[in-house]
Amino acid sequence: MYKNMFIILLLAGFGLLLGSFLLTHHEYLSLPQLPAYYADNTAPEVGAANVVTAVVVTYRGFDTLGEVTILFVAASLIAMFLKHSKAPRHDRHPRPSSVILSTSQKLLFPLIVLFGAYVFANGHLTPGGGFQGGAIIATGFLLLLMANPQAEFKHGLLNAIESISGTSYVIIGILGAILGLGFLDNRFISLGQLGTLFSAGAIPVIYSLIGLKVGAELSNILHHLNEVQNEE
Amino acid sequence: MIAIILAIVLGLVMISMAIAALTAYRVRAAVLASGIVSLIASIIYLLLAAPDVAMTEAAIGSGLTTIIFFYVLNKIRRSDV
Repeated sequence: MYKNMFIILLLAGFGLLLGSFLLTHHEYLSLPQLPAYYADNTAPEVGAANVVTAVVVTYRGFDTLGEVTILFVAASLIAMFLKHSKAPRHDRHPRPSSVILSTSQKLLFPLIVLFGAYVFANGHLTPGGGFQGGAIIATGFLLLLMANPQAEFKHGLLNAIESISGTSYVIIGILGAILGLGFLDNRFISLGQLGTLFSAGAIPVIYSLIGLKVGAELSNILHHLNEVQNEE
Repeated sequence: MIAIILAIVLGLVMISMAIAALTAYRVRAAVLASGIVSLIASIIYLLLAAPDVAMTEAAIGSGLTTIIFFYVLNKIRRSDV
């Protein structure tokens, strides 16, 4: 009884909140102060055609470094807890995957990885960026693991990609502080022409490193989870 | 106008899938329903002109999370909790 009352009260409060949002909502005819600053100054200051990327990588670059660190800590903890135990290994004989899945995996896997690389390399021009591209690459590896559960990745290679790209990201940030105007400043490489692939200074480099790092981390998590399925 | 109608239909499907995820008898069906919620959420993000959020939601929300749930579910069944 009390539980139902509580749920009804919670729903009513939520409805009141959303209703008040709806009633007081009005369209802005011009941009408020902060978005207007970004919209006006991104192209001359940062040289990126995609304003979202400019905000994520340069204006709020320190927050992105924090997000990458959080993901790194999560991946390391998962690797620590899912370490190979010495328990007797129980050989799994999964049902062979269907012809449709294994054939389409062979066709789609290179395309998905290529698309992920495209998304993170063009982060300063088109929607998307390092996190999106890395997640797309990880879904490619997921497809590989679903079609062939016994597949073995090289953990050493994935770990090397992850640590080298993470370290290079911080080194580029420090280079920005030494050669440019501040930590993670992108202007120590020439900005180039707005809208071309080699423009926006260090943004494409940083986003490619983030993409490789996120892709390697997520693939590593998936592979760890797939590996412990074999144990008792 | 078409976008608004599409958004309303998708929102209704999304809410019904969320209710199905809560009330489903089998856990596997609940995990699939929550994956569909994420998939529809990514389409709605696209309609709201946020393509980068839509990409993340489609790849992580409906792809990786669903499969990680299945992996963990399989592991829990095996060790017989």
